[in-house]
Amino acid sequence: MDLGFALTQALSQAIGVTAIIYLLATMGLNIQFGYAGLLNFGQVAFVAVGSYTIGACVMTVAPAITSWWPSAESYILWIAIPLALLVSLLLSLLLGIPTLRLRADYLAIVTIATGEIFRLVVKSIEPLGGVQGISGKIGANFYALNPFPDVDRVELGLVTYTRSDIWVVVVGWIVIGLLLLLTWALMRSPWGRSLRGIREDEDAVLALGKNTYLRKMQALILGGLFGTMAGIFWVVAKQSVQPDSFVPDFTFFCYTILILGGVARVLGPLIGTIIFWFLLVFTEQTLITAVESGTIGFLELTQVGPIRFILVGVALMLLMIFRPQWILGDRKELALDAR
Amino acid sequence: MHRGMSRWVIAAFAFLGAFVLCAGVASAASPSITAIVTGGDKAPIAGVSVSVTGPEGFTGSGTTDAEGRATIEVPAAGQYIVKVDEKTLPPGETVKDGPERTVNVLSGDKKALFPVGIGGEPAGGEDSGSGAGEFGAQVLQLIVDGVVLSLIIALGALGLNLIFGTTGLTNFAHGELLALGAFTAYVFNATLGLNLIVACILALVVSAAAWGWGQNYLLWRPLRKRGTGLIAAMIVSIGLAMTIRYILLMIFGGDGRFYTDYAGQSGLEIGPVNITPKAIILSLLAILALTATVLWLRSSRMGKATRAVSDNPALASASGVNVERVIAVVWVLGATLAGFAGMFQGINNNVAWTMGQGLLLTMFAAIVLGGLGTIGGAIVGSFVVGMSVQLSTLIVPTQMKTGAALALMIVLLLIRPQGLLGKPERVG
Repeated sequence: MDLGFALTQALSQAIGVTAIIYLLATMGLNIQFGYAGLLNFGQVAFVAVGSYTIGACVMTVAPAITSWWPSAESYILWIAIPLALLVSLLLSLLLGIPTLRLRADYLAIVTIATGEIFRLVVKSIEPLGGVQGISGKIGANFYALNPFPDVDRVELGLVTYTRSDIWVVVVGWIVIGLLLLLTWALMRSPWGRSLRGIREDEDAVLALGKNTYLRKMQALILGGLFGTMAGIFWVVAKQSVQPDSFVPDFTFFCYTILILGGVARVLGPLIGTIIFWFLLVFTEQTLITAVESGTIGFLELTQVGPIRFILVGVALMLLMIFRPQWILGDRKELALDAR
Repeated sequence: MHRGMSRWVIAAFAFLGAFVLCAGVASAASPSITAIVTGGDKAPIAGVSVSVTGPEGFTGSGTTDAEGRATIEVPAAGQYIVKVDEKTLPPGETVKDGPERTVNVLSGDKKALFPVGIGGEPAGGEDSGSGAGEFGAQVLQLIVDGVVLSLIIALGALGLNLIFGTTGLTNFAHGELLALGAFTAYVFNATLGLNLIVACILALVVSAAAWGWGQNYLLWRPLRKRGTGLIAAMIVSIGLAMTIRYILLMIFGGDGRFYTDYAGQSGLEIGPVNITPKAIILSLLAILALTATVLWLRSSRMGKATRAVSDNPALASASGVNVERVIAVVWVLGATLAGFAGMFQGINNNVAWTMGQGLLLTMFAAIVLGGLGTIGGAIVGSFVVGMSVQLSTLIVPTQMKTGAALALMIVLLLIRPQGLLGKPERVG
């Protein structure tokens, strides 16, 4: 059995494109759930908004407006990104206004429902590609700036990436670094402290004269913007977007990552993501190798796919029951039942 | 690790293991049809809806995967008509030589090829001449379908709401109780070869004992004893839901399965409405079960105790109510009702690993609409949701129908956060 292959696969996934997408989404969740205590089960909707706004702008809007702006196609991505963030902001308002005044479980149900509504609606809108989604050279503007030499694969010690992947990975980690810094700065500011206060005891913060509703809304918006960034990276890296990628399970993966790394810690999502993807891909690859070589006889290859989800489900349960503060967390920080 | 804790972790894994074992034997090979949809350069086309109709009113459907294949299981050998929904093809493309194929199934897998290209025959002008009478018939049919769906949702939502009321748990794994019930019946029926009615009765007993009482005893009761918070418990239920769902996928595979009896029952034409006898009988049984549950909650000692615990567990406990016993009864009741809902759905349509997840959000919508924690509210809410899911197809595309019901829930939260029947107490 070739464990080396599984190891390098796992390593390149743990710092690769998928990890970047999940990390950005989880960092948003950390602000919403970790710091502000908002139970957002629909983070996937913000990711989908990012992917779909970019996809639709580049593939549908740009060709349509070339008649009066001939160079639209060479700049469209840079216009689409702020637009995607704007749509994400609107979605936060739409979600937050009815639910932020309600109890936590209502927010959970409404956000998970919104994610599903979004998926079902884009599925039946033809200009957005319907069931098929959108695909094409969505990231062309981004890849045009790729400074890496024109080779097939770039080797970085143990791991190798394609030329376009390495460009996404480098930019992704720079963006993540900046956003981690932003999170750190925000959370040690008075604003960040009042967010934690809301999580612990909203009435107390209210009694001190803070507008808790506004702060919760701001946290929802900020976390949503992080999720949308994840969606933008997704669509640029994969150059395609399908409605059925945005199932609620995506959000639950993010929750597992967050709890694994440590809730309400700036570096929690980072550590969580790397460990999560490393372990997941390593187990999966090892199983696949074992099944293919006949070492494990009772499984078929098609049965290996679901194992990933079973592992995540079991991990989520066990973490939540036994060590909700897992690696970086602090039990005092994590009063999961503030409300 | 705490000693008591490790004991129940072992027990929980034994419980899961037993489930895997008991279901592991299930792999009855029924014949199937695989539709293969390919484009101009033999490239597969994903996401195309394929429907199959056959003898005795059998209908089935599927969507093509990344390899352009959709496999639909059929109950028995015979002649089937496979049809591709051309609306789901890429714009402007049609199936060469028509979207329908007649397939003779003997045993095993039969393939039907659908080469797709631009041009070809036009899709033809359907949906013309829908006069007033036809529209009325369509509405009536949707109302009947809506009642059936509402009853299935109500069976699930009632248990979900009772569990929420007595324990405060927002149980995201309640949909899996439906799926577990349906698959347990499938194992008894298709694998062990029992008659479907016997299989369902046995599966109800298993639902009550293992999936209800057992789940509470092994998982939720120890968590309550440890003082695990409600939000933590909610996240645990998400993990549980995911675990159960993908174990079902691993064992039974991704395609919908059919019980060996009553699978292809032909519908009765009652006026303009088409309904199968099995749906009528199941609906009557569902109404009976719902009525009995509501009466029991209203008049029996245990029922009154249940409502007392829902109102105020501490006060109920101080008045001599055994709260843990009430919660155990509620789990048994909830799992039995949910198991029945799953079998209802399974007999009426098919048994699929996603069936619980698909209905979970409509159940949540139902109890939020009706009023979280109220008994009448769960049933009223279920009918509002079930009807709006079906009737919304008059206005929105079929794929969006669940979305319409969920949107209705969000709008209602804006206007009346406590739900239709909820007490106007503070929920925020």
